[in-house]
Amino acid sequence: MFSGFDFDVIARAQPYLWQGMLFSLGLTLLSMLGGIFLGTLLALMRLSDHKALNIPAGSYVNLLRSMPLILVIFWFYFLVPIAIKKLTGDAYAQGIGPFYSALIAFTMFEAAYYCEIIRAGIQSVPRGQVHAAYALGLTYGQAMTRVVLPQAFRNMVPILLTQGIILFQDTSLVYVVGLTDFMGAASKVAQRDGRLVEMYMFAALIYFLFCFSASYFVRRMQVRYSVSS
Amino acid sequence: MIEIKNISKWYGAFKVLTGCSTKVDKGEVVVVCGPSGSGKSTLIKCVNGLEPFQEGEILVRGVAVGAASTDLPKLRSKIGMVFQNFELFPHMNVTDNISLGQIKVLERSKEEAVDRALALLKRVGLQEHALKYPGQLSGGQQQRVAIARALAMDPIAMLFDEPTSALDPEMINEVLDVMVELATEGMTMMVVTHEMGFARKVAHRVIFMDKGEIVEDAKKEDFFGQPRSDRAQQFLSKILHH
Amino acid sequence: MDFSVFIQPAFSGGGIYLDWVLSGIKWTLWVSILAWVIAFTVGSVLGILRTTQLAVLRVPATVYVEIFRNVPLLVQMFIWYFVLPEIVPRGVGDWMKTKMPMPEFWNAVLCLGFYTASRVAEQVRSGIQSIPAGQTYAGLAMGLTRPQVYRHVLLPMGYRIIIPPLTSEFLTIFKNSSVALTIGVLELTAQARQISEYTFRTFEAFTVATVVYLLITLTVTVAMRSLEKKLRVPGYIGSAGK
Repeated sequence: MFSGFDFDVIARAQPYLWQGMLFSLGLTLLSMLGGIFLGTLLALMRLSDHKALNIPAGSYVNLLRSMPLILVIFWFYFLVPIAIKKLTGDAYAQGIGPFYSALIAFTMFEAAYYCEIIRAGIQSVPRGQVHAAYALGLTYGQAMTRVVLPQAFRNMVPILLTQGIILFQDTSLVYVVGLTDFMGAASKVAQRDGRLVEMYMFAALIYFLFCFSASYFVRRMQVRYSVSS
Repeated sequence: MIEIKNISKWYGAFKVLTGCSTKVDKGEVVVVCGPSGSGKSTLIKCVNGLEPFQEGEILVRGVAVGAASTDLPKLRSKIGMVFQNFELFPHMNVTDNISLGQIKVLERSKEEAVDRALALLKRVGLQEHALKYPGQLSGGQQQRVAIARALAMDPIAMLFDEPTSALDPEMINEVLDVMVELATEGMTMMVVTHEMGFARKVAHRVIFMDKGEIVEDAKKEDFFGQPRSDRAQQFLSKILHH
Repeated sequence: MDFSVFIQPAFSGGGIYLDWVLSGIKWTLWVSILAWVIAFTVGSVLGILRTTQLAVLRVPATVYVEIFRNVPLLVQMFIWYFVLPEIVPRGVGDWMKTKMPMPEFWNAVLCLGFYTASRVAEQVRSGIQSIPAGQTYAGLAMGLTRPQVYRHVLLPMGYRIIIPPLTSEFLTIFKNSSVALTIGVLELTAQARQISEYTFRTFEAFTVATVVYLLITLTVTVAMRSLEKKLRVPGYIGSAGK
């Protein structure tokens, strides 16, 4: 059933595919960092007692988690240039380019998911720890950064990494705005050379190997973490 | 009734049971005691095949528990088991818990099963709770329901795996009373427990286990009067000073 | 900001732009619901198989889950739509390419269904495995066979335990249905983009789409919460028996 397929096309397209992969990995990494940072802020806001903080944060998270990622990508891709035009008053402003739109979209989207993971992680730290910190005279900020967050993050690392693997898979969706990530590159080669079967199967294989090894690695780490703590 | 011959069980290098042999005759009440980790729960779970074993033989009324040809579900339906954590099915009310085995395994009709269930609930003193769910009952009440559930199958023998260990102290007696009644009516019972008062009252024999071996297997009077091994003596002195 | 664009005549096909929105909603709902039917049934079977002791049942289910979990949904869509017709036998492939009715729709449904099935399988597996082993022992001790234990003890509680994560998977299917636009299904997000391209009312078009997704999420969440209330087991707060 595989006769008549030209698997050489994969070898010839190597440099182009590799570029796409770097794009995917770069977007993943940057969005992860941005998402975790923003997600932590959102988590702290949701956990606070001040309505002015927890209501906006909660609304943001619920909104972003109700929307498809493609729709979020469209929002930022089509509307960031318009927003910039309005803000700068310059009707011909170029905007910031599709890569940065995508980066903002992914960061904002993932932040909502990271927020929930981090919130659960913070809540899993026993209340006694917070009380002990306050009893010593630490401020809220010190208690958070020195006592609660370090413990929370240790518990959360496997889940945060797993979310990162999901994010890596999600970056393939930049296809809808024509950006060339790994899947985009494979797709372009497929259409240019008419080799859909070979390229798409190859893309699936690469994603599988990446994600499977990454999740295997996370599982091994989970075992080691739980033993030591 | 129950013959345990030279049972050994191990996980890799760790031996859980080593060469355990004993028997329980019809109408006998045998208490199995010992420190935690001695293998007593494992041994009793081997009797109805819940735990497999690598060496030895267990015969229940002549039927080999470990044989591949044995119909295990059928065998198990004839032996009642009561667990430390009661293990009532939380999504069914008490009557349904007691009826499930009767309907699905003994193929009794629903009416028959429910009648039996209500009669047994009356016997253990819980008839007003017939439609309650396990989560709405206390530990002692749940365990009595569990005993009724096992009795509903008309078993030839009953196995008890630390039936009172998970109960608050004030509820232990209500369960032990039911068990004492069963014993005086002539039920064949094998009971893993720390409750030596129960043993003194109704047991015929007492088995002491330590580190996977049966260290002592004596008539009740001999066990409490003159335990032969040091380990049994140490154990008794520790738990009888409650 | 001019929301009146939706009652203006559409560029093609007669009617107004609102019709495009409604058509998009219709396709989103159809794709999602049919895919969920596949995901729930196939996923349940796979999840149960992953909890069995027979490797010949467990391993294929594990392989399935790992493959479908580790390849992005977009890639899977393309494989279903572009690759599958080329690698099946000639006759089937030709039918798929020429005579199959609504190929984009059915490919999207099958792809999304089998993809989500792998996630449902994981939820079902973890639900069953979170039930304490004692429940299984209690069922077996009564004489129930293993299939009976699944049917009467493990699955009733297992499914109740996983209603929250299953709700989340159900909502995710609605969101993932948007990926079908890459193979030409004119679901809601696709329609929103089309409207924005024809009317330049980008903000309004995407706002409407966003609001619809919000409403879908709200409706499903409320419905599942009331389902959970209806199925709640009285008195159950955690592990049974304590």
